Amino acid sequence: MFYRESGVFKTSYAADTALMPLPNTRIGAALAGVIFLAVLPMVFGEYGMSICNLILIAIVGAIGLNILVGYTDQVSLGHGAFMSVGAYAAANLVVRMDMPFWVAIPAGGVMAAFIGTLVGIPSLRIKGLYLAITTLAAQLIIEWTINHVPAISGGAQSTILMPPPEVFGVVLKFQWQIYFFLMVFVIIAMVGAANLIRSRIGRAFIAIRDQDIAAEIIGINIARYKLYAFAISSFYAGVAGVLYTYYLGIANYEQFQLTVSIDFLAMIIIGGLGSPLGPVFGAIFVTLLPILVRRFLETFGGYFMDYSTLAATIPSLRLAIFGSLIIFFLVVEPEGLNRLWRKVRNYFRTWPFSY
Amino acid sequence: MSEFDLQFTLLLVTSGLMIGMMYALIALGFVLVYKATDAINFAQGEFVMLAGLMAAVSIDTSLPFIVAVLIAIAGMIAFCFGLERVVLRQLLGRPIIAVVMATIGLAALIRGASTLSFGPGVRALPLPVSDDPLFLGPIMLPPVQMVGAGVSLVFLLGFTWFFLKTRMGVAMQAVASNQTVAMGMGINVQRYFALAWALTGIVSALGGVIWGAMLGVDNQLPLVGLKVFPVVILGGLDSVIGAVVGGLIIGVVEALAAGYFDPLVGGGTKDFVPYLLMIIVLMVRPYGLFGKRKIQRI
Repeated sequence: MFYRESGVFKTSYAADTALMPLPNTRIGAALAGVIFLAVLPMVFGEYGMSICNLILIAIVGAIGLNILVGYTDQVSLGHGAFMSVGAYAAANLVVRMDMPFWVAIPAGGVMAAFIGTLVGIPSLRIKGLYLAITTLAAQLIIEWTINHVPAISGGAQSTILMPPPEVFGVVLKFQWQIYFFLMVFVIIAMVGAANLIRSRIGRAFIAIRDQDIAAEIIGINIARYKLYAFAISSFYAGVAGVLYTYYLGIANYEQFQLTVSIDFLAMIIIGGLGSPLGPVFGAIFVTLLPILVRRFLETFGGYFMDYSTLAATIPSLRLAIFGSLIIFFLVVEPEGLNRLWRKVRNYFRTWPFSY
Repeated sequence: MSEFDLQFTLLLVTSGLMIGMMYALIALGFVLVYKATDAINFAQGEFVMLAGLMAAVSIDTSLPFIVAVLIAIAGMIAFCFGLERVVLRQLLGRPIIAVVMATIGLAALIRGASTLSFGPGVRALPLPVSDDPLFLGPIMLPPVQMVGAGVSLVFLLGFTWFFLKTRMGVAMQAVASNQTVAMGMGINVQRYFALAWALTGIVSALGGVIWGAMLGVDNQLPLVGLKVFPVVILGGLDSVIGAVVGGLIIGVVEALAAGYFDPLVGGGTKDFVPYLLMIIVLMVRPYGLFGKRKIQRI
C-alpha cells in the first residue's frame, strides 16, 4: 500500500496521500467500475443480478470482518449474530415506525456496533482461543435471544416482512435496481475501509496485530482500539444484515446462524487475511461456490444418479468442497486469492521488462 | 406437590450427572489435544459423529458389537494420525485463527463427506443392553445413559492413571508443560503430538459409540460438540479433572434449566444456559476451575 513507483512523481501532499497513487491502479479501478456498473447489469438477467446482489452483501460483511480478524487479529465467530442484530433493529424500525432506508441502515449498523462492542469487551482480558469461544457464545446467545424475545422477533420461529426500500419515490422491486442500491454501499464500505486502514486508527490496529505489547509501549491505548475494531467491524456486519433483509424481504434469525459466521471467516481466509481486496475475492468465491456446485450437478449429475439423490447430494457436496477448500488454502496458500491476484498484477506492472 | 417437585428435581439432577459424565468424555478428547499440542479442535463433535458412523456401519454389516467398537477405535486412531500429519503439522507456529479455521473446515468436510458416502438418514446404534429403565427408588435410570456414564468414568480414571503413572503419560505431561525443555530431555515431541491425537481418536470413538447409541447417528450428532466449549472453559482448558467436573456441572445445570425454564420461554434453554455460565466463568476466572493460571499481558 505504501509503494513508490519509479517514474511517478508527487508534487503535492494531495497527490501523495491519494487513495490510488499509481496510474495503473486508477485505470484498473475505472475498468472495474465500467464492468460492474455498466456491463454486468446489461449482460445478466434477473437471476444473475440476484446472485450479484448476494455477492455485494457478502462483500460488505467480509470487509468488516477483515478489519477485525485480518488487521487487528481478534477472532470473531459471532458475525452472523451481529448481522442479525442489525437486521432486526432495522426491520423493527421500518415495520413499526415506517422509517426510510437511510435511517434504517445506519441505525442497524449502530445497534450492531453497540452489541459488537459489548461482545468485544472480553477481548481486553483474553485472546486467541478464549476469544473465539466467547464470540461463539455470543453468537448462540444472540441467536437464542432474538428467537425467544417476542418484542424483537415477533415470537419464536416467526419472520418479519420487510418492505422493499424506496429511493426518491421509486420502490426498488427489480434485482437490477437493488444492485445499484447495494453498489452504493459496497463502494462506501470499500473506500471507507481503505481509508480507515491507512489512517491513525487503522495503523493502530495493525500495530496491535503485529505486536500488542510493543503497540502499547509506543502509546496506543490497546483497550480502546480493540473496542474500536469490534465496533467498526460489527457496524459493517450490521449494515450487511440490513441490506440482506432488504434483499430477502424478510428478517428471520435462521438467515444468520453460526454457519453464516463461518462462511464469512472462510471468505476472508480464502480471499486473504489483512488485504484490501481479499474480502472481495473471498466473498465472490464463497458465494459462487454453492451456486456453481448446484449448476454443475444439475447439468451433469443427471447422467449418473437420479433426481432425488441429486437433490440430497448438493448440500453435502457443497459442505465437503467448502471444508476442503478452507483447509487447502490454510495449508497451501495462507495469503489466499489476493496473493494470486498480486502475482498477476505484478507481472503486468513490470511487463515487458520484469527484473 | 412439594414431594413431586423434589422427585422431579432429583430426576433432573441424576440424568444431568450421567449426561455430564458423557460430556466429560468428549471434552476429554479436546483437553488431551489442547494440553499436548496447543491446538484447538472445533471438530470434536464431528469426530464423535464419524466414530459413531463407523460403528453403526459395521453393525449394519452384522458384525458383533465389540468388533464394531474396535473398528471405530482403530479407524479414529488412523484418521487422527493422518490428520495430524497432513494438516495440523503444517500449521505449527501459525496464528491461532489458522488452526481454528482448519478444524472448522475439517468439521464441514467430515459432515459433508459422511453424508455423501453414507446417506443422510439416521442410523441406529444399539448398545447390547435392554431398553427398560431401571428404577432406583423414585429415580428412573435409562440403561443407555448408565452404560455411557459408566464407560466414561472408567476411561476418565484410566486416563488419569495413564498421565500420572506410565512413562508415556509423564512424557506427554512434559511435552504439554514445556515443549523446548521436553525436547532437551530427549523426548520425541513430534511423536507425542501424534500420540495425543491418537488418544483423542480413542476418546472420540468411545464418545461416538455412546452418544450414537443415545441419540442415533446422523448429521445432528455433531451438535453435541458445541457443549464441549462450556465444559472445558468451566473446568480449565488443560485439566483432565476439570473436564470431568465441568462436564458434571454443565450436565446438571443444563438439565435443571431445561426442566424448569423450557416451559416458560418456549424451549432451547439447553443450548443457551451452558454458554451463559461459560461467559460468567470467563469474566471471573478465565482459566477455569482447575486450569493452569497463565499470567499473560494483553
